[in-house]
Amino acid sequence: MTVTNTSAAKRRVLPGFGLTMGFSVLYLSLVVLLPLSALLFNSTGLSWSKFWDVATDPRVLASYRVSLGTAAAAAFVDGFLGLLLAWVLVRYDFPGKRIFDALIDLPFALPTAVAGVSLTALYAANGWIGSMLDPLGIKVAYTPLGITIALMFIGIPFVVRTVQPVLEDMEKDMEEAAATLGAGRLRTFFTILLPELFPPLLTGFALAFARGIGEYGSVVFISGNMPMRTEIAPLLIMSKLEQYDYAGATAVALILLLISFLMLLVINTLQRWARKTSS
Amino acid sequence: MNKIIKKGLITGFAWVLTAGLTACGTNNSKTNAANASTATNAANSVTKAPTAKDPVELLNVSYDPTRELYESYNKAFSAYWEKETGQKVTIKQSHGGSGKQSRAVLDGLEADVVTLALGYDIDALQGEGLINEGWQSKFDLNSSPYTSTIVFLVRKGNPKGIKDWPDLLKKDVDVITPNPKTSGGARWNYLAAWGYALDHNNNDEAKAEEFVKGIFKNVPVLDTGARGSTTTFVERGIGDVLIAWENEAYLSVEELGPDKFEIINPSESILAEPPVAVVDKVVDKKETREVSEAYLKYLYSEEGQTIAAENYYRPTLNSVKEQFKDKFPEIKLFTLADKFGTWKETQEKHFNDGGIFDKIYVPGS
Repeated sequence: MTVTNTSAAKRRVLPGFGLTMGFSVLYLSLVVLLPLSALLFNSTGLSWSKFWDVATDPRVLASYRVSLGTAAAAAFVDGFLGLLLAWVLVRYDFPGKRIFDALIDLPFALPTAVAGVSLTALYAANGWIGSMLDPLGIKVAYTPLGITIALMFIGIPFVVRTVQPVLEDMEKDMEEAAATLGAGRLRTFFTILLPELFPPLLTGFALAFARGIGEYGSVVFISGNMPMRTEIAPLLIMSKLEQYDYAGATAVALILLLISFLMLLVINTLQRWARKTSS
Repeated sequence: MNKIIKKGLITGFAWVLTAGLTACGTNNSKTNAANASTATNAANSVTKAPTAKDPVELLNVSYDPTRELYESYNKAFSAYWEKETGQKVTIKQSHGGSGKQSRAVLDGLEADVVTLALGYDIDALQGEGLINEGWQSKFDLNSSPYTSTIVFLVRKGNPKGIKDWPDLLKKDVDVITPNPKTSGGARWNYLAAWGYALDHNNNDEAKAEEFVKGIFKNVPVLDTGARGSTTTFVERGIGDVLIAWENEAYLSVEELGPDKFEIINPSESILAEPPVAVVDKVVDKKETREVSEAYLKYLYSEEGQTIAAENYYRPTLNSVKEQFKDKFPEIKLFTLADKFGTWKETQEKHFNDGGIFDKIYVPGS
């Protein structure tokens, strides 16, 4: 078969690359790049040493610890929970499955403040769940545990929705082959399924984690906001804004953004490596 | 980069940041929608400069607990204004945390008048040139037509026997108050305790700091705003006493039933003076100065004062004061100026980063 290459070299498969690229860049600039660069400009009101003072204030550091620690814990638990949920949704049929499936996305749609208020109502010492845990000496609301639960709620859809499509696409042949070769269920899971599922799990973890770091609405109600103990970094940003300290607020935000970005970068690299080794 | 572009970027981003943060913030998603709609309405009315007879629209940017007050007052004022001048006036109101509201105006919400919780939030507008200097002497009584004070709300029967400020230091008493760093109203709570301590310790600042620190050691939950604290105390059943504005305390008792809570008046408290101001830059642009000034001035009239009193704000007009004297018991009250000076000084000393309030939570102290 002979194909004349002359015109094909100039024409692309899909038309309109120049236009779509232009639109993409424009929208990306308006929605993402401009606000982010304004963030930089706003913090340039501070000298470098002042910026450093703001960013390393003990209370700010404590809030980073709270934010990062609870977000990591929540994303970790969501990793397990999300895998389980996705597994059940993909591999089994049961009545009400569609509704169950749709419920997963609700944390996306619900205003986070509503989630915060209802979780606090549940887990406060006089709430439904809280009143059962309280006699056991377990305090949930107004402790880091409460923050973690709020962040788990916010983060769970990220894991389920990244793992689910991969599980759906997975061929059953490999598992069946493994079974005929005498592998037990556990072994099949760990050697056949898990390597395939690891990259999407990592993505879900990263998304839930990044979201948790910046989460404000659902957390301020359940955290108790005690300085040095349960005060999250986004709350400090708010409290700086309340003093009309725009520069200080953006300084804290910038560090937060930097941490999230670094985390995402590390996880992305890890993911690439995982994909390479599994394929 | 061009300075104008830079400034535009910054304000643009500030909008994104504040809108985004408040949207996921406390109970404010409703107010944000209100802000947005009132903002567009205000912008629309600019297109045509009103003549004397044209109907006019004002935007009053206020803070949370004044919603009911201004709903009644706006009706009364438009009736009065139409009778006086023949001009129809509609007033839009916007509510939210005092500081947030002030930032919204700073970032471009076209308010004709602001009626906020603290002078500090109006000072911030003056700092940016939106309001002329000397705004506080423009209307009578430091531009505070109505006042309030800080009282205690306790559970029915007052099981912990809380009578006055020193009772809040007791080991078994849990105190609920919002965070003064994020709530304008909470700054009055803090200053009320501080002023009481000054008076009872020969103005010894160190002792006052010790006293206020003791109270905050008993605070198990620091909500970001006054309404959040009320919820914590009332709905979650946490704490033995809520430090609250008198009008908020009355509203809680009225809404939640006098069989559950009671109000305790401390022997001494602060005179909370929520100020009002015309936003000069906006009213000059919209040519609404005359009606905006009248709007605030009418708050001092017999009718305005009665409405304030009915909404549990302390009236300042003697005749109305007399009429409501059973409702507002005599408490020994000091003012901000008596004990602390200006808002700017107070804010810097107590509430800014590194100020005295931050020291309360320094580890190991």
